[in-house]
This record gives sequence, C-alpha cells and structure tokens, in this order.
Amino acid sequence: MATILVVGEQAHGQLKKATLNALTAAQQLAQKNGGQIHGVVVGGAGEELAQFVQNVHFVQNAQFEHALAETHAAAVAEAAKKIGATDVVIAATAYGKDIAPRVAAKLGAGIASDVLAVVSANQFKRAMWAGNAIATVEVTTPVKVITVRTTEFPVAQKAGSPGQAQQLEVAAPQAKTKFLEFNEVKSARPELTEASVVVSGGRGTKGDFKPIEQLADVLGAAVGASRAVVDAGWQPNDLQVGQTGKVVAPKLYIAAGISGAIQHLAGMKGSKTIVAINKDPEAPIFQVADYGLVADLFKALPELSEEVKKLK
Amino acid sequence: MKILVTVKRVEDYESKIKVKPDNTWIVTEGVNYRANPFDEIAVEEALRLRDANMPSEVVAVSIGSGTAQAEIRSALAMGADRGILVKHDGFLDSDAVARILVKVVEKEKPDLILMGKQAVDVDDNVCGQLLAEYLGYGQATFASKKESLESAEEKAKKPGLKLGADKKTMQVVREVDGGVETLELQLPAVVTVDLRLNIPRYASLPNIMKAKKKPIEEIAPGVDVSPKVKVVKVEAPPARAAGVKVPDVATLVQKLHDEAKVV
Ligand SMILES: Cc1cc2nc3c(=O)[nH]c(=O)nc-3n(C[C@H](O)[C@H](O)[C@H](O)COP(=O)(O)OP(=O)(O)OC[C@H]3O[C@@H](n4cnc5c(N)ncnc54)[C@H](O)[C@@H]3O)c2cc1C
Ligand SMILES: Nc1ncnc2c1ncn2[C@@H]1O[C@H](COP(=O)(O)O)[C@@H](O)[C@H]1O
Repeated sequence: MATILVVGEQAHGQLKKATLNALTAAQQLAQKNGGQIHGVVVGGAGEELAQFVQNVHFVQNAQFEHALAETHAAAVAEAAKKIGATDVVIAATAYGKDIAPRVAAKLGAGIASDVLAVVSANQFKRAMWAGNAIATVEVTTPVKVITVRTTEFPVAQKAGSPGQAQQLEVAAPQAKTKFLEFNEVKSARPELTEASVVVSGGRGTKGDFKPIEQLADVLGAAVGASRAVVDAGWQPNDLQVGQTGKVVAPKLYIAAGISGAIQHLAGMKGSKTIVAINKDPEAPIFQVADYGLVADLFKALPELSEEVKKLK
Repeated sequence: MKILVTVKRVEDYESKIKVKPDNTWIVTEGVNYRANPFDEIAVEEALRLRDANMPSEVVAVSIGSGTAQAEIRSALAMGADRGILVKHDGFLDSDAVARILVKVVEKEKPDLILMGKQAVDVDDNVCGQLLAEYLGYGQATFASKKESLESAEEKAKKPGLKLGADKKTMQVVREVDGGVETLELQLPAVVTVDLRLNIPRYASLPNIMKAKKKPIEEIAPGVDVSPKVKVVKVEAPPARAAGVKVPDVATLVQKLHDEAKVV
C-alpha cells in the first residue's frame, strides 16, 4: 500500500491551482497502487488544501515565510517521514523544481521530474530532448519523488466532505540562504499556464506587443512569448513558452511572428487548436498549426481582433 | 575565489533527434555533440566572476566517457583554467552525477559551484538542487539578472552574480513564477543558471590553441553509480495531424468558430 504525499504550493496564504493538477497525478498513483493520500503545505493554505485531501499537514511559522528551498524541502521531508510516505508528488512549477530534488536527497529517493503520465506504481513518462522523445522511466528506490507537468493532469475536484488540517511542528534548519526581495510582475490577464486561450508573440513583433495584447484582451487570453522576445527584454521572463520556459496546453494557442523552433514547440505542442500567423510560408510553426495564415501580423492581428469582436 | 563549473556533453540541439527502432534510446549516429548550452552560460559567468575578483580559478568538470574531453576543452578555450574528467562509460542518472560531484567538491573545495539549470538531453533540472542538498549548501536555481541581454551591463560583460564585499556571500537574482526574486547565499553555494544571465563568449583561435596545453585530470567516479532512475523505453512523441492554410482572416475566424469551436 502506498502512502502518497502531495505537496501544496501557496502564495500569500492562497493555494495555487497547480497543486490540484499534482493531486490528480497523486490520485492516479493511488489507483495503481492502492493507498492513501496526504497533503502538506508550507506557509499556510492548510484549510484550503483540506477541501481536497483528507489528511493535511501544514507548517506555519515565521521561519518558513519565504519559500527557501533549504527550509521548505526540510519541512516537506519531515512530513514525508512522519507519515511514512512512499511517494511525494509536487507540481513542476518553479517552486516544485526548486525544492523537489532536495526532498528526494533527504529521503534517499529517486526523482522523476516533469512527469507526463503515470504508467504504473514506479514507471512514469517524461519528455526528453526538447520533446523529441518520450521516455518511460522507472524509479527503483522504495521512496519516490515525482514532479508533474500540470498541463497533463486535470484539476482535482473537491472532496465530498472536507478533511482535517493539522499543524506540523518542524524546526526550520539554519538556512544558508537569505531572501532579499521579490519583484512581482503584475498583470490583469489570466496566468499563462492556466489560461484557456494564449496569444504569443515572437521576434516578428519587433518588440511591439500591442497587437498581441489587443487580441489577447478581446479573447480573454494570456500573453506568451518566444525566447527571442524575452532575451531582448521586450517581455518578462515568465512569459517564455518552451522547453526551458512554461509549458502550456490551452484550448487555443495563437503564435504570431514565431518561427517554431523545436524548443518553442516543446512548450505548446499539446494545445488543442494551434493557429500560426507568419509572413514566411516556410516557417516550421506551420507544421504543427491546425490553421496557418501567411500574413503580416501587424495587419492580420488587428483584423482578427475586429472579427472576433463582431462574433461576441 | 575558486569556482567549479560543470559541463555536460549533450546532443547538439540543431541535430535531428530520432528514436531508435528498438525503443532503447535515440539514434546517435550522425548526431553532433556540444556542451550543454546552459553550461556555457555557467562557464561564461564563472569567467566574469574570476576576472572581476582576481586571484581566482575556474575549474571545469565533466562526467562521461573519454569523448567529454572535447567539452572540457571548449570550456578551457573559453578561458577556464583547468579541467577534470570523471570518466564513466554508459548511462548515469542525475542523482549519480550529483553524488559524483560531491566527491569532486570535497577534493577541490570550491567557493562556488556553477551549473546549468537543466541538461537539454535528459531535461531533468535536478542535478544542482541534489548536489546542494547532499553538501548541505544553500542554492539559487534559475539565476538571471535584472538587466536584459541587450543592456549596457551585458555589453560590458559584467557578472550578473554579485559577490559580497566580504567575499563570503553572493547575491543572485532568479527567475521564478510571477517575477524575479533576489537571494543572498552564504558561500560555498550552488547556483544553477538560466538563459538570461549572460551571452557566452566564443573561443578565439589563440585561446583554442592555448587550451590544448591546459591540464585535464582524469579521475574515477568513486561512488556507487547504479541508477535510482532507469530509462526503460524511449518512444517518438505523438505526431500532430497536419493542418490547413487559410487564405485570410475572415476564413480563419469562421474556421475557429464553426470547425474548432474555440471562439
Ligand atoms: C538551450 C535552449 C533553450 C531554448 N529554450 C527556448 C524556449 O523555452 N522557448 C523558445 O521560444 N525558444 C527557446 N529557445 C530558442 C529557439 O531555439 C529559437 O531561437 C526561438 O524560439 C526563436 O524565437 P522566434 O521564433 O520569436 O524568433 P525567430 O526564429 O527569429 O522567428 C521570427 C519569425 O517571425 C516572422 N516574422 C517576422 N516579421 C513578421 C511579421 N511582420 N509578421 C509575421 N511574421 C513575421 C519570421 O518569418 C520568423 O519566422 C531555446 C534555445 C536553446 C539553445
Ligand atoms: N554528466 C554530467 N557532467 C557534467 N555536468 C553534468 C552532467 N550531468 C548533469 N550535469 C550538470 O547538471 C546540470 C543539470 O542537469 P540535469 O539536472 O541532469 O538536467 C547540467 O546543466 C550540468 O551542468
């Protein structure tokens, strides 16, 4: 029997939605193994997680205020030891990627990262070589840690009756890292990884994102970008879609002025419908696009915005 | 300051990657190899830190078969002082790599370990964090800087990582969800680098010649390398069905509305 610990992620005391994608992966694992799911969340949001998971352990004291990998990994590992966890499941967000390997090291566990599918109790699918290959990996250790690609697992539903959230007393280790500041990029648009429509711009925008943003607002979409755009400082780093950026899988992905390098495709190939707008008919993006339009984005996008408005 | 920087030999991202018919691995014939792009950024940062804080030394380490000499040489040609090759033929999981690196760190006692955030072959993104935990060090993953790659700071080749006046701490800006965070690390520490930290230099011909004379020490792993995570099968990704080209915006909108039903 497995004892699965799903790790919650929170910001300002509110549970992040990615946690619920990770929970679905944990539930799939429980189905393969038979077993129980516990939750742990460091820094608050214990009650909120207990809406979804029966047994929740939360760590809330000033020493854990900032999400330092050293302290948060220690708290998660403590919770895992306390319940005798056989599996620890975390969403592969920046937070999850930062802490999960440290949790694995503390537990002597093997780690499978950015998992796409649960094959069996100890086998998982994951992408390698920028998604050019899908590997099935086997974790051979008694305790396993996995981080999961959120786009591959739907959001879990609330439990029939809320569970119990109990405080876990852990002493924070003396951290060798100090938090100095966080510069938040605020946006009124939906979050990239959660949006059902994404409009992305590439180098073809030459840094002018107005037509991209206008269309995004008409569609209620999130804005994304290629690496070229983010490297140039035209858009913030956390809008980068791709192998080494965010992975998205919206209902509709519109790529404008993006050539379609394999590293970009790795982050959006899973979208349901893909539209490409590029003035080069040979651009590789057209090979993955359901609908391709060979056009100048500065002409096509405003037209598109107008046409969509007419529909609404 | 002594800086240890890791360099992994990986398939060139410009090479076509195909899965082997027996689903055991990818086809390696005809594929070019090079240093992991993130590791080149790590080497560049190490060199900038060294040159801004002399006397300092940059040691490049790679773990792999004898062919990985080439990637150590390219780090030396960029300007690293010496190399270490931990020789092992065959697959190593990231955990084994991290435990091997612990041994190298114990021997070399660097003040800073700079690594890539992920190796673009296995795309694990775990090695640096594992190493930091095994060593009991602090870490800063996804190191970046506030200035863009087209800024004056970058043109002046300034280090993005800021060594404290006492040389015992380092300030690191990191890319996280929703913004950028700044941490102060107590050294020694592990830093894994992201794409926006710097633009790596090209090795000049004289430096390539000079690199041939720089020493590369060869050592054995010195740890049990049996994998905690084994690759049991490698498959081609599902292909997307070919789409259509539309002549104009009106047709596009009509298709998105009536056919795909997404607007
Ligand atoms: C280690 C590594 C990791 C990487 N990770 C990522 C990643 O995560 N995400 C990512 O995106 N990239 C990544 N890349 C970079 C990737 O290889 C490409 O360089 C990048 O995606 C190119 O961005 P682009 O398509 O915007 O620019 P370009 O390739 O320059 O394409 C611009 C396109 O715009 C078109 N265009 C120009 N003007 C117009 C116009 N007026 N109207 C319409 N079309 C126009 C052009 O025809 C062209 O196709 C990575 C690379 C490496 C080496
Ligand atoms: N065999 C290796 N030799 C040298 N460095 C490595 C090796 N494997 C991983 N690394 C380092 O660890 C980083 C992260 O790799 P990974 O966690 O495997 O994606 C890489 O960018 C390298 O710097």
